[in-house]
Amino acid sequence: MPFAHKHLLGIEGLKEHEITQTLDLADTYASSNRTSQKKKNILEGKTQINLFYENSTRTRMSFEIAGKRLGADVTNMTSSGSSIKKGETLLDTALTLNAMHPDILVVRHGSAGAVQLLSQKMNCPVLNAGDGQHEHPTQALLDALTIRRRKGRITRLTVAICGDVLHSRVARSNIHLLGIMGARIRLIAPPTLLPSGVDKMGCEIFHDMHEGLKGCDVVMMLRLQTERMNVGYFPSISEYFTLYGLDYDKLSMAKEDAMIMHPGPMNRGVEIDAAVADDIEKSAIQEQVEMGVAVRMACLDLLTQADRGDES
Amino acid sequence: MTRHILLKNARLLDPDTNMDQTGDLLIKDGIIADIGENIKAPKDAEIIECGGHCLCPGLIDMRVFIGVPGADYKDTIQNTGEAAAAGGITTVCVQPDTSPIIDNHAAVIYLESRAKNALVNFIPFPAATKQLQGTEMTEIGLMSKSGIKAFTDCNKSIADASLMMRILKYASAFDALIIQHLAEPSLSKGCMNAGELATRLGLPGIPTSAEVIMLERDLRLLQNLNARYHASQITCADSAEIIKSAKAKGVKITASVSIPHIALNELAVAEYKTFAKVSPPLRGESDRLAMVMALKDGTADVIVSGHDPEDSESKRVPFEYAETGTIGLETLLIIALELYHNGTIELLPLLRKMTCNPAKILGLKSGVLQKGAPADLCLFDLRTAKRIDKNKMVSITKNTPFDGKPIQGQVLRTFAGGREIFSYHN
Repeated sequence: MPFAHKHLLGIEGLKEHEITQTLDLADTYASSNRTSQKKKNILEGKTQINLFYENSTRTRMSFEIAGKRLGADVTNMTSSGSSIKKGETLLDTALTLNAMHPDILVVRHGSAGAVQLLSQKMNCPVLNAGDGQHEHPTQALLDALTIRRRKGRITRLTVAICGDVLHSRVARSNIHLLGIMGARIRLIAPPTLLPSGVDKMGCEIFHDMHEGLKGCDVVMMLRLQTERMNVGYFPSISEYFTLYGLDYDKLSMAKEDAMIMHPGPMNRGVEIDAAVADDIEKSAIQEQVEMGVAVRMACLDLLTQADRGDES
Repeated sequence: MTRHILLKNARLLDPDTNMDQTGDLLIKDGIIADIGENIKAPKDAEIIECGGHCLCPGLIDMRVFIGVPGADYKDTIQNTGEAAAAGGITTVCVQPDTSPIIDNHAAVIYLESRAKNALVNFIPFPAATKQLQGTEMTEIGLMSKSGIKAFTDCNKSIADASLMMRILKYASAFDALIIQHLAEPSLSKGCMNAGELATRLGLPGIPTSAEVIMLERDLRLLQNLNARYHASQITCADSAEIIKSAKAKGVKITASVSIPHIALNELAVAEYKTFAKVSPPLRGESDRLAMVMALKDGTADVIVSGHDPEDSESKRVPFEYAETGTIGLETLLIIALELYHNGTIELLPLLRKMTCNPAKILGLKSGVLQKGAPADLCLFDLRTAKRIDKNKMVSITKNTPFDGKPIQGQVLRTFAGGREIFSYHN
């Protein structure tokens, strides 16, 4: 079945079967990525531009590898901090890039809605690689694939999302996706790091981590953005780690076979204890990175199908 | 040379005296010379048949941003005048946020001289603090003595409580009105209403408490002062409630609501629609309804357009960086009329919010349909149904959130000082 959306700007608005379709396809790429026959040619001769207005190593690399594995010609364009905050240049950049006829554009931008704005000027599909505090759809999809491969399903699992929900696009995309797929979502954070109205988005709210982790199947930790430290969202790192850092004591409240996730990069000793992060029995963090490439291959594949006249 | 214009067979509406009757109105030398039935036309009179359409005082818009001086590419005195005239507005109260800022007597005189031959009356509202910085008060006394009625930091709150208290005290000596933008700065760093929608969009929110805290603080400062205070653009139910009870206690407070906050709720910015980004932000539906009720029960005295021209360069950017503001001169009356058409507010009480109420607050002679008053008039068709088309608007910038909106009502003719400054051609 063809993918019904021209762009992938967010998880909100996707349907369950569309997410399942993406994860199924990503699953096949995950398998082939483990073989020596990784390279495909379905995007041969296609131009993929990665436009990153925000610093990123793993996401940009992951998209680059995904594109190259599918045979695309991948170009990276990164912009250094200050000059890009002016909106005019965003639309001018869009027009310039559009004139170069790319076949798919991957964009990360520091402002919510910027990727959507840019997509209005592009003829090719646009894939959101993170826009401000809005969405990061491929992260949620790779998290879902990681969960599904470990647990066999997503529906009816209890998933705790812990930490700085307020500033997190990863949390927003995951809340949408897990809700669509029928998981039970818990948010665990100090009240100052929860956005207002989030209780109306189908989540259970906890401020006590021991309480919140009780019986969880999945523990998703969020990165604490260290630049938030001095503006009074919480008193100190040591207090934060004591109350909201994931250690074995708190983790013991979750189910015996609970899996631990983190979108990276981790702040060890801030939101997660180093030993927990390295626990290969429980931590799925490396697998998340692996699934990232597979999910991005699936998204690039699906979004370019219409253009390729391919409905495989 | 004496010049007469006789407007015949109009539905004469004077919100000040509750007059609503069919009749004629005679203009002589820019003044309303006579009102009544079957006025005999003087020999030289130009006679205009009004066909039973509504004739009310020209509207007074207490919140208008202009591009002069400093940003003539957004609009000009001429363009603002034409847009106002097309909207039935004959007096625009100019906000000081120009370049340079209107914060001294010389700047006032400069603006007044630029606007001397304008189509409509330009009333400058100078800043209450120098350079809108919120640290030192402007020459309120000198400017009041030269006829200035009101002072405002327009889109900034006077946040320093001790300075605000001194401004209120000082201004009371001159009976000057202080108009406050209600936004506690530390709570106003977002770009839309705080809540679920902001969270979904990933945008930082501004809670209604930012407005309410500033309002409650100012009311506390006003106690035992004889100052005149105007709460500009209230947006939420709590503010309405607070003003209602303050008025009941006899506090000298008036309040305005802007057209966007009456006609739209926060859903207008979903999909990151920057054309509906305003300050204070659009609120939820229950707060919008509370603003309509505040107008109906008299808690809110004035409707303003909040006209603020911004070119598309300032709007076609990521939502957080987009400028706030919508144009509104041409849509003030026709959108306000929705409240009449949907049965919420009677016609005369509705018109009062844009005519005699602002006139009284500002001590103007206009805003009434009475003998001896300036012949600032608006003739409008109450019934014509159409859609707003931004491409047919006069304003240079087209940042309206109402493009395509179905409306009922059309301004037919506008007179300022007895001069016809607008007539509608289909």
